Amino acid sequence: MTLHARLVVTRPAFTLDITLEVAPGEVVALLGPNGAGKTTALRALAGLLALSEGEIVLDGRPLHTLPAEHRPIGMVFQDYLLFPHLSALDNVAFGPRCQGASRAEARRTAAELLERVGLAAHAAARPRQLSGGQAQRVALARALAVRPRLLLLDEPLAALDAHTRLEIRSRLRRHLADFDGATVLVTHDPLDAMVLADRLIVIEHGAIVQQGAPGEVARRPRTDYVARLVGLNLYRGLGDGARIKVGELAFSTVEQVEGPAFVAFSPAAVALYRTRPDGSPRNLWRARIDGIERHGDNVRVHLEGPITAVADITPAAVAELDLAPGREVWASLKAAETHAYPA
Amino acid sequence: MSRRLSRWATALAAVLALAGVTACGSGRPAASASPSAPASGAKEVTVFAAASLTGTFTELGKAFEAANPGTTVRFNFGSSATLAQQIVQGAPADVFAAASPATMKTVTDAGLASAPATFVRNRLQIAVPAGNPAGVDELKDLADPKVKVALCAPQVPCGAAAVKALEAAGLKVTPVTLEQDVKATLTKVELGEVDAALVYTTDVIASGGEVRGIAFPEAGQAVNDYPIAALAKAPAGDLAGRFVDLVLSQRGKDVLIKAGFEAP
Amino acid sequence: MSGSQGSRPAPGGGAGAARTGGREVSGRLPWMLVAPAVLGLAFLVLPLAGLLIRAPWSTLLQRLAEPQVLEALRLSLVSATVATAACLLLGVPLAWLLARVEFPGRRLVRALVTVPLVLPPVVGGVALLLVLGRRGLVGQWLEATFGVTLPFTTAGVIVAEAFVAMPFLVISVEGALRAADRRFEEAAATLGASRWTVFRRVTLPLIMPGVVAGAVLCWARALGEFGATITFAGNFPGTTQTMPLAVYLALETEPEAAIVLSLVLLAVSVAILAGLRDRWVAAP
Repeated sequence: MTLHARLVVTRPAFTLDITLEVAPGEVVALLGPNGAGKTTALRALAGLLALSEGEIVLDGRPLHTLPAEHRPIGMVFQDYLLFPHLSALDNVAFGPRCQGASRAEARRTAAELLERVGLAAHAAARPRQLSGGQAQRVALARALAVRPRLLLLDEPLAALDAHTRLEIRSRLRRHLADFDGATVLVTHDPLDAMVLADRLIVIEHGAIVQQGAPGEVARRPRTDYVARLVGLNLYRGLGDGARIKVGELAFSTVEQVEGPAFVAFSPAAVALYRTRPDGSPRNLWRARIDGIERHGDNVRVHLEGPITAVADITPAAVAELDLAPGREVWASLKAAETHAYPA
Repeated sequence: MSRRLSRWATALAAVLALAGVTACGSGRPAASASPSAPASGAKEVTVFAAASLTGTFTELGKAFEAANPGTTVRFNFGSSATLAQQIVQGAPADVFAAASPATMKTVTDAGLASAPATFVRNRLQIAVPAGNPAGVDELKDLADPKVKVALCAPQVPCGAAAVKALEAAGLKVTPVTLEQDVKATLTKVELGEVDAALVYTTDVIASGGEVRGIAFPEAGQAVNDYPIAALAKAPAGDLAGRFVDLVLSQRGKDVLIKAGFEAP
Repeated sequence: MSGSQGSRPAPGGGAGAARTGGREVSGRLPWMLVAPAVLGLAFLVLPLAGLLIRAPWSTLLQRLAEPQVLEALRLSLVSATVATAACLLLGVPLAWLLARVEFPGRRLVRALVTVPLVLPPVVGGVALLLVLGRRGLVGQWLEATFGVTLPFTTAGVIVAEAFVAMPFLVISVEGALRAADRRFEEAAATLGASRWTVFRRVTLPLIMPGVVAGAVLCWARALGEFGATITFAGNFPGTTQTMPLAVYLALETEPEAAIVLSLVLLAVSVAILAGLRDRWVAAP
């Protein structure tokens, strides 16, 4: 393990307490809602925030006793914080200069890095002359210029518009793949996390609620927050080997679980009927429509009843069934479309 | 709409009032600050007097108020030259008592007063700090370059007198500073920043023992006459003349001589 | 700051038809602001007009050539500039301390910094004498140890001016420091910059407009300083008589000469400040 950290930060009405392990070359994303403590964790790793308790060990050396300027880290801030009075080149050269490189040497390093992020032509530009995507790349180059062993990225794509984001995301992925140190990035965007990270750590209320490979987390969410992020309906119930009881409903599932279990299914797997369907699918319940909203090309229907669920159906189906808030409907779900795993 | 207008009117009035204060209240309805408010029984005399008269005139003002019940004497003490400028620029004064004939001349030349009377004279002394660190005994000691000397600037009466006295003694003195008035000169002695200064006898007495005065014969060549005059356009009318009379009376002389002035 | 706003067409000014339909709200001048603004400007400028009207233009050049005037002007410019430099050297770190370091009694210290603003300058001069004068607490020691006395010297003028002018610099720089985004300093720290490097290479450039504004205020205040200077440093042509002192004494006997001297001081300072401003605005 190149990075091992236990981060405890105590504040009035909030405590962050998480343990992190990051391998060399691994990218770990801290994912969580606003106020969960992701940025606090990142700032603690950077040394911008004192730990109340815990330790940070990088390559066997304790880091938590060092001030920020002595930690072998590179950090990309959410709005980049490029120094407005310096050119892109001098922004990137700032770190090497602080590490004792001569001006010429630092500029040479900086020029190489700008070249690598494809901005050699903009070396002389001031930050305010750069586009959002360019500024992000300069910020990345600046962080990499100090040859960090630990790279920290705070919402690296949040300040970009949707179009730029797509391009920068894939570029960033390539750069992170080239980086041989440990990387911790913070985001609240599941897509960024899935694309950029090798492993996700989900934080809620200052504690880790789930971690694992992105695909694993997406398929088997363990909290409502994660389920919402990855767009699944999620319930906690009790399995008896054949079915899983959630409240008064008993779900038939393909996987068999005994004891506490999660049931997850996609909103698209839910079918709605005005009258009780014939042939009685295995999972059927009566629900009341709480709200209807547009969701991409489909329509998302919020259902109340024995369970709270969302269903995605086509606009044509909405018209055909004459669905409206307050209506009673039947909701059904094939066993093959559900996913059950131990809680 | 009308409410907005009235708010504007209030604001405008406030601004005008401010402007009025700086313009000495000319063309403004009689307010409390105006020195000429003879409508009721209360009367005011405004006296512009040289700063060196602060103590004595304050005492005489009280005596005047006691002798003329219902009257108030208001003083504006300052540098004689400044006071003369203020009077020429239209300040509402009744009486002007100057520390030099030259400053009085500014006012008489402007036709604002006539026939000023010399009511006292003031003589220079050498003032030395307590302990007399430089061992100054007579005027020629001031010419020693090791002795730090403060003089009044030649533009103000005490400075002009100092120049005259030093000329009479045939001495060349290089002061470290030319102070803007006699009080500032005296302060430098009191704080021990200089070893000696030329100031008025009255200032030495007023300092209450903090500095020591040394009389010197050449001071007789540079005696300063203090003229006083009731102003021609005195808003207080004949009260102005009565105040001048008090200053020139035996009572006035007693107060002034006690403070170190000399009878003319 | 670019000054190019004036070239923007006024709303509704292009097409004549736009006038009949309701004009844009933003196009109307807010009289609630404009009226007091004009009044305020008049209040500030009219006394200057008074000086200009009363100035004896015919003798102006002749007076300007008087060696005493030139000497006082030179002394004023030199001492105000050196005082400003001293204020920068001491005031910027002080502002940094007030803005960035938490220590007990910081509010009190901040209030103390403004004391010279509130103190009548003459009192400030006396206070300086009590501390730095020949018999003052520190002055006594200075004389005994180094043989240095400040009163009645040009150094004394600089001390008096710096004392009165420094709060302008400190307040301006402290405001700039508080307004500056501290996260730039954090970014610099993550790049390995020591606190001194952060200050020198990040903080200082970021607050430079505030420092310049403070220095200009400080210089202007020092240039016009009268009370503390004449009290602490005295008044002697060539060593301590600055323009304001010359003006004051001229006022005693020759008010016209005083007006000329004031105008000279005014013209020189306005010329210098305008020149500086152009330079700073033109800077990239």
